[in-house]
Amino acid sequence: MPDYKWPPMDKRRLIGKPISRLDGAEKASGRAKYSSDLNLPGMLFGALLTSPHAHARVRSIDTSEAEKTAGVKAVRVIATPGTEIRWAGAEVAAVAATKEEIARDAVRKIKVDYEVLPHVVREDKLSEVGTRAKPAGETVSGDPDAAFKEADVVSEGEYGIPVLAHCCMEPHGQVIAWDGKQMTYYPTTQGVSAIGPDLAKTLEIPATSVHVQQQHMGGGFGSKFQSDLWGAECARLSRASGGSPVKLFLDRATDLVIAGVRPSLWGKVKLAAKKDGTITAWQSETWSTGGFGGGGLNADLFPYVYREVPNRRIQHTAVSLNAASQRAWRAPMHPQVSFITAVAMEDMAASLKMDPLELFSKNANYTARAEVYRAQLKKAAELAGWSKLWHARGDSGKGPIKRGLGIGISTWGGAGHASQCRTTIHPDGSVVVELGTQDLGTGTRTVITQVAAESLGLPINAIKLNIGDNKYPPSNPSGGSTTVGGVCSSTRKSALNALEKLFAAVAPALGAPVDQLEAVDGKIQVKGNPAKNIAWKAACQKLGMQTISEMGANDPRATLGLNTGGVGGIQIADVSVDVETGVVKLNRIVIVQDCGLIVNPKTSESQCFGAATMALCGALMEERVMDRVTGRMLNTGLDFYKLAGISDIGNIIVHLDISPEHDARGIIGLGEPPVNPTIGAISNAVANAIGVRVPTVPMTPDRVLAALERRKA
Amino acid sequence: MQPFEYASPKTLQEALGLLAARPGEVEVLAGGTDLLNLMKEFLATPKRVVNIKDIKELGGIQKTTAGLRLGATVTLDELLSNAAVRSEYPALAAAARGVNSQQMRNMGTVGGDLCQRPYCWYFRNGFGLLAMKDGKSLVPDGENRYHAIFGGGPAYFVSASSLGPALIALGAKVKLASSSGNRELPVEQFFLAPRTAQDREVALRPGEILTEIVIPPAAGVRNATYEVRQKEALDYALATASVALRMKGSAVESAQVVLGQVAPTPWVASGAAQAVAGKTITEQVAEQAGQAAVAGAKPLSGNAYKVQLARVAVKRALLEAARGKA
Repeated sequence: MPDYKWPPMDKRRLIGKPISRLDGAEKASGRAKYSSDLNLPGMLFGALLTSPHAHARVRSIDTSEAEKTAGVKAVRVIATPGTEIRWAGAEVAAVAATKEEIARDAVRKIKVDYEVLPHVVREDKLSEVGTRAKPAGETVSGDPDAAFKEADVVSEGEYGIPVLAHCCMEPHGQVIAWDGKQMTYYPTTQGVSAIGPDLAKTLEIPATSVHVQQQHMGGGFGSKFQSDLWGAECARLSRASGGSPVKLFLDRATDLVIAGVRPSLWGKVKLAAKKDGTITAWQSETWSTGGFGGGGLNADLFPYVYREVPNRRIQHTAVSLNAASQRAWRAPMHPQVSFITAVAMEDMAASLKMDPLELFSKNANYTARAEVYRAQLKKAAELAGWSKLWHARGDSGKGPIKRGLGIGISTWGGAGHASQCRTTIHPDGSVVVELGTQDLGTGTRTVITQVAAESLGLPINAIKLNIGDNKYPPSNPSGGSTTVGGVCSSTRKSALNALEKLFAAVAPALGAPVDQLEAVDGKIQVKGNPAKNIAWKAACQKLGMQTISEMGANDPRATLGLNTGGVGGIQIADVSVDVETGVVKLNRIVIVQDCGLIVNPKTSESQCFGAATMALCGALMEERVMDRVTGRMLNTGLDFYKLAGISDIGNIIVHLDISPEHDARGIIGLGEPPVNPTIGAISNAVANAIGVRVPTVPMTPDRVLAALERRKA
Repeated sequence: MQPFEYASPKTLQEALGLLAARPGEVEVLAGGTDLLNLMKEFLATPKRVVNIKDIKELGGIQKTTAGLRLGATVTLDELLSNAAVRSEYPALAAAARGVNSQQMRNMGTVGGDLCQRPYCWYFRNGFGLLAMKDGKSLVPDGENRYHAIFGGGPAYFVSASSLGPALIALGAKVKLASSSGNRELPVEQFFLAPRTAQDREVALRPGEILTEIVIPPAAGVRNATYEVRQKEALDYALATASVALRMKGSAVESAQVVLGQVAPTPWVASGAAQAVAGKTITEQVAEQAGQAAVAGAKPLSGNAYKVQLARVAVKRALLEAARGKA
């Protein structure tokens, strides 16, 4: 069996190098085809009719006018009479037509008679949700009551972070075509190998009937694991139209409403501490909604990172709303819990009149990796100019523009998922590597190729990589930052297994046993005697008519040290706040990110840029606005569903903690960890700048001005 | 989108012949940045769309003794590329820059800026200009963070025009043409606050086209626009103020102060204008004018912060104008 361990840091030619995305030019030039770009011959367009009511029962539905419309090929009723509609935007019917505009117009001709029922769509005030609140009980550790009694300082705060959507650049949807009993399915998914069986199950057909293809996808962030109702309806519309390809993608407004949200988190936090800043107790009473299904909270997450605070009382209430259900959102619940923990700690520091950097550092013993967090705090402070720029809360000088710094915290797993890879070496020397995985735009293609090329001693361009198709060996969906560890490990093993077969073919010619051979710089050579070598192509010719094709698998229960999980991270935000207008400008975010073996520092840094950018929207501008009376989401366009543009982002400074010690841990995913600290860091920076906590994010001018007003009062 | 007939006339005369007497039957297409969205949402359902971008006489910027003439189809980008606009009418240039998307500035026209429909999310969700449901406006107790603080209803949306406040402050007029004749209106009178759901928010009559805007010469007039905006990338301002100060020495002889994003029309703040008349603009005078500008504000349940923003916008616009050249 080959030795699969990663080559030593100083011997790596491609792994650990900042190689640009292999599909970068294709994407930047628009040549990359996403499923939503497809325009197949004879393709029909699907459109959905959705409910305008947040809660209703369908009395009757009349599709006759739509069916009569010229160009309409299929009409399907989704919500049959008697169906209870539980949120505005719920799917009621679907149409396929020869043109998109015909499909959309036909949908409007469907007449639905609804019995409108009472709805609840807002949970920001718990007192207003009535029976929709479902208390989840209390978790107590230690003796919080005694700890609060004995505390030198008790600090209390109320904080809130509302529901927001994933808002993927490529909306949800798919193209589906049938050929007899075989279906070709072009989804936009985080799981190329898993989504086919998922759809097959809904349609009650064998999973073998579904061929999935997806070369590129425009963001999922946790919202694109399922084949979804619209996937099944697209398949049915196609079948009802004689198998013609049907393209059904949600428009932006529908996507924002029904294709996944991140749960809110609201609540009161009380902290106890000694004079020296040692935290002695945590108490939180929180509530959240993730839509109709409520909104749970794993009590173990509180207090975030500082989990070993000895005395804790954690209460949580889930609230069911007439709104579409939550989906995993980049580090489920972590950004919300991180925000509430970091701001409560910073408020405690302010009560103690203590530098929060000291408070976060002092209490690091409560974390799983005290030394790592302390070192990261130090590094982040150094990069942010903390000692020069930080000041006591509100002590920010004259003039309307106030500057402040704040700290945020992170933790995450990120160990590799189950993945299989097949490496094939042909007698002409060409190499193909195949995995049923997906590149979400993160650089997965690039890192797999780096690993394969490094393992085979070949240049990057000698590897042909095939992914994005379920005919290749299966890999798990991309969730939980598990992809890079999974696919790199399976690729490493598969490539070395194939290489061993090639060694066996050339060993006699080189007069050395297989375990004394190595592949370096396009040659197979004898270890310690590189003069004894054979060029790659010549070596492969020795295979004659035989082709080598070897598998490799990452087994999450036995990773052989190739990958692992568990990272921390610290961020420091630097903001300027105009106290006359309440406008917050982000100057900088410093990201100090713990990591394992970094396969590609460039794509790793990109993960950090992307994470901070996504998170800062939630800190400053992004939220779902629900209307109490109509029960609808009001900001369903990108004008009022506010996201940062380039000029709103500020300067993002990334420091990856690359060191031999971390490297030895193996690969750890970085998709999620850097998204966790940003909101807390920005909120703390604003509090530092203006001298008062803005309790609810996003910190829009109205909320900032209201907080300043309260301080005056 | 409802199917429609498309016409692309080459002359104004031809265009006027293609318009209709009944409201909503024909829509005029210039940049299309708003109309196409309205049509997709069935908020506009014209039977005919008349493209006016190929009509030469509706384009171009000319400087004459009467001032600056802007053809209705001049794009915001053309406006910003014009040296006279940039140097003499900084209030207008700042307002155009406030449409902070290069793509929108490339396509959007000055006429379209004045004629576009409100962005009120109740209107855009199909509840009409007055945002009515079951005989009651949804706005006063609803989600009104971006709504009006002046006017007192029944319309609570804010005028979507970015250029309107600056044009009013600068004393501009619009010219309107129809097959039955031409007329001219001060820009201030072009904007209307609807009283009923059938009313429109501009004075255009069915069959009428906005053909040009004329801004009087700005000699001796210091002007500026300050926009409070949360984002630098594509976003609407939260409150704006455009000011024009006719100077006499270092003092203000007369002033115009116009607020944007605070009422169903651009909002002329005559109290603020009076507060600076005869005075030299100082921090304190500007502050007092800001205070005067919002004296009659009637904020709704969730937009009192806009009173503060309007006050600050006036103060900062005045200070900026005072620093500028006459």
